[in-house]
Amino acid sequence: MRTRSMVFGLTILPILASLLITAVLIMLVGADPRAVFEKVWEGAFRDLRSFSQVINFWIPLTLVSMGLIVTFTAGLWNIGVEGQMGMGAVFATWGALTLQLPPLILIPVEILLAMLGGGLWAALVGILKTRLKVHEIFGGVALNALANIASIYLISGPWQPAEGGSVRATPPFPADALLPPMSPDFGVSLLALVIVGVVIVSVIVALRGTRWGLQLKATGKNARSALLLGVPTGRSAMSAFIVCGMVAGIAGGYRVLFTYGSLRPLVSGGIGFLGLLVVLLVSIRALWVPLVTFIFAAILGGSTRLKVALQLDASLAGVLQGFLVLAVLFSNGLRERWRETNPAHLSETDIKTPESLKADR
Amino acid sequence: MNPELINIFNSIVANATPLVIASIGETITERAGVVNLSLDGSLILSAMVGFVAAFVSGSAIIGIIAAMIVGGLIALIIAIGGIELRQDQVAIGFVLTLLTADLATFLGQNYTRIPGPQILRSPIPILADIPVAGPIFFNQTALVYLSYALIFGLWYWLFRTRPGLALRAIGERPETAFARGANVNRLRYLYTIIGGALVGLAGAAYSLSVKPGWATPPSMAGDGWIALAIVIFGGWHPFRVVLGAYLFAGLRALSTAIQRTPEIEISVVLLNGIPWVLMIITLLLVSSGAIERLLTVLPRPLQKWTRNFLRSDPPAALGTRFKQK
Repeated sequence: MRTRSMVFGLTILPILASLLITAVLIMLVGADPRAVFEKVWEGAFRDLRSFSQVINFWIPLTLVSMGLIVTFTAGLWNIGVEGQMGMGAVFATWGALTLQLPPLILIPVEILLAMLGGGLWAALVGILKTRLKVHEIFGGVALNALANIASIYLISGPWQPAEGGSVRATPPFPADALLPPMSPDFGVSLLALVIVGVVIVSVIVALRGTRWGLQLKATGKNARSALLLGVPTGRSAMSAFIVCGMVAGIAGGYRVLFTYGSLRPLVSGGIGFLGLLVVLLVSIRALWVPLVTFIFAAILGGSTRLKVALQLDASLAGVLQGFLVLAVLFSNGLRERWRETNPAHLSETDIKTPESLKADR
Repeated sequence: MNPELINIFNSIVANATPLVIASIGETITERAGVVNLSLDGSLILSAMVGFVAAFVSGSAIIGIIAAMIVGGLIALIIAIGGIELRQDQVAIGFVLTLLTADLATFLGQNYTRIPGPQILRSPIPILADIPVAGPIFFNQTALVYLSYALIFGLWYWLFRTRPGLALRAIGERPETAFARGANVNRLRYLYTIIGGALVGLAGAAYSLSVKPGWATPPSMAGDGWIALAIVIFGGWHPFRVVLGAYLFAGLRALSTAIQRTPEIEISVVLLNGIPWVLMIITLLLVSSGAIERLLTVLPRPLQKWTRNFLRSDPPAALGTRFKQK
């Protein structure tokens, strides 16, 4: 009984703590926390329009998070996911601006292009990591910046709108190149929802029931032992990067083919980094991803109108999410320490961060 | 020497200083076996707090102290999470990278693009008159002089004192250090916080001197990652780390100069990619063993000395947890 209430407490406590800290910070800039939380709630759930905005954050965020489940399982820090989204968006933009095809063919081609772009960018991180021994965090950070620079270059150069030099966006895509919304009121792409569903199921099935998934887990748990036991760890890592990159590419493609309808700088909008936070929060448990991404998407969607309504910067969403993940990591630590001192209460639900997530550079 | 060239080198030294201070701070932390991955966010938040504190109080010194406290506090969070609660240091560091950058944007939103106090140049009387080196190295701000002291101070501490030996030991062989009486975890706390406070100082060096003021998006975004890479390039040795920081600032100055040359037609946007390409190239140099191969060409008496200087293995216990009884 004591164990259960303890575990329950350590789950609720981080949520309360992060809300409390955020409330204090809101007061620090002279605003009323209750008004802010109300506005965020309203911004996310007031009507169908605001709710569809939440879903439009949920779709790419869930995609990248599921991709990151794969790389984290293999013990890899794919910080380059932002750039993989960006390159997916760039490749999809090329398709949307240049290809003349009927929509029924064009849209699948655009999505494949997005997967190609994200996959290629991830393969670069993978080659740097597995062949050239450059840690994936550094390779990823550099390639993120380079992907963004590439898209700014394309927007301000080859793909700039006819009316003149702008670094704001490419010309809007032709209507045939865009994903169609479900209805005028509910601006969400059905095709994207189907893709998200397929990705969730395939990642879970692949990790649980295939040889590939087993090899990824072995690589992630202890790469050296896995290699000695005959697991091709280099190839496993490479395949994890490429799969994650392709899924992130779709997420980036979604941002240009639906959310914006054009390519703009920083098109990933921090969603890739947010995906990393989600996967840390759920301790790499794939089943929890769709729920947590929904909460994060609601916070994100809800805070977009803070600037207009209360003159508060929307970075507040990141502050709340950051404190939440930090508090959860700390409560995981507290729980582990408490279990150590009370070994009788060891339970099967205890899930620890794999050893491979330790710094290994 | 051409006065224009002297000016360029003077500004390279000035611009490199935040990178020098931050990477020296991170070197201390990592030598003790702890990774503070939050540098990119830590620099941004401490720069913002340093500027706002200096602006409100009217004193740059108070700004510097506030920034150092912020850097130290962030490091304390990493120390508690990584040492006390034995969570993954990289995970906590990454979360803090994002969190502190967002905090800076949120809390600093009413202080953007306003003029505030700055740290001014104070040439050192006699030293500044030395030909060439004088105007380059000794016509700078007090923070730059402080960075010189940090470089030599850290070298002396690490390699010439007993506590310095203990610092290296807890990062290499914590069990052995513990058996010999070092309080591993307490020392790791201490050096993590000192390293973090120096990162905070580097943040203030941006907002009060090199890139004065506060703006969103922050002008120093990305430099934290560069500093982390410089520590690896520098092989965790203060002199080489500093060499890396100066080299980096020099190449950056070169790319700015290219931008200003009308004869060379190259997109300004693409030039922004140079630091990142450089970062990968320098890490490749370290990881590919090119440096080791270079050693074999050198005459024998020089080899041992150079090998020690060019050592590029990380502290053996970097990022690991130590269970202290």
